[in-house]
Amino acid sequence: MLITCPYCGPRDVIEFTYQGDGNRERPDPASQNFEAWNAYVYDRLNPAGDHNEIWQHSGGCRAHLRVVRNTLTHEISSVAFVRGDHGSSARHKAEDKA
Amino acid sequence: MVERQSPLEPEFHVGSHGNFEHGVEILLTETKPGSIVQLAAWPGEEKKLIASIRSVTGLALPDGAGGGSSDGVKSVFGFAPGKFTVADEAEGLAASFAKAVTPSVGTVTDLSYGRTAIRIAGPKAEWVLAKFFAIDFALPAFPVGAGRSTAHHDVFAQIQRTGADQFDIYVFRSFARSFWKALCHASEEVGYEVQ
Ligand SMILES: [Zn+2]
Repeated sequence: MLITCPYCGPRDVIEFTYQGDGNRERPDPASQNFEAWNAYVYDRLNPAGDHNEIWQHSGGCRAHLRVVRNTLTHEISSVAFVRGDHGSSARHKAEDKA
Repeated sequence: MVERQSPLEPEFHVGSHGNFEHGVEILLTETKPGSIVQLAAWPGEEKKLIASIRSVTGLALPDGAGGGSSDGVKSVFGFAPGKFTVADEAEGLAASFAKAVTPSVGTVTDLSYGRTAIRIAGPKAEWVLAKFFAIDFALPAFPVGAGRSTAHHDVFAQIQRTGADQFDIYVFRSFARSFWKALCHASEEVGYEVQ
């Protein structure tokens, strides 16, 4: 499986670390809403298909990435910086994937 | 400044090695820059940091991810969004950048004692490196001056192409000797010379 890092280009999955489900919304740290915290920690969509995920290019530029991966085929349909597009430093669009 | 010892020294054997009867196709050496510095811009401050790099080193950074340049004495390349590695034969680069890069623009980290720079050159340099790293070393994909961040068995490596068949590899100083030995082993079959 290859992930096309917006900064580094297509790289083997071995260079990346999975950082979890990208659909989770973290409650305000001061929140006492236990249902919201329970949902954040335990509830997962577990789709058979496209899945929003957070990955870190830990063996490369170390940027955190929003990745949409198909859980059935491993096809990756989009990759973007979590923090935004970093001005002009992105050169690899998801369509460039090898 | 105190004289810096090379971490490669016990395994650094000048001369020709391996299968060199038909010629040496790899040159290996340690470039020993006096300064290795990493610079990081806060979001939105990248252009100011690039301007500081130009004023301190005289080197212009080409546009885009992983862009870089080298004049043979000083080198710079991008290794991550808004982050750059700069090396200089002379010491004192971190002090110069500390004056030029204000805290509102970004950060300066002196890695002169934390990284070791190994140079691999020769007609088989791309071929040997392709055994180590799953990235495209072909000249059109990896132009002269450009930098790449990658890893070999979880050991970080920043690679700058400083010639058509020449690459400078920055690795952690504590891993440099084992990486150097691996590089020597990988070069044996084409014959290599340590300079
Ligand atoms: Zn990357």
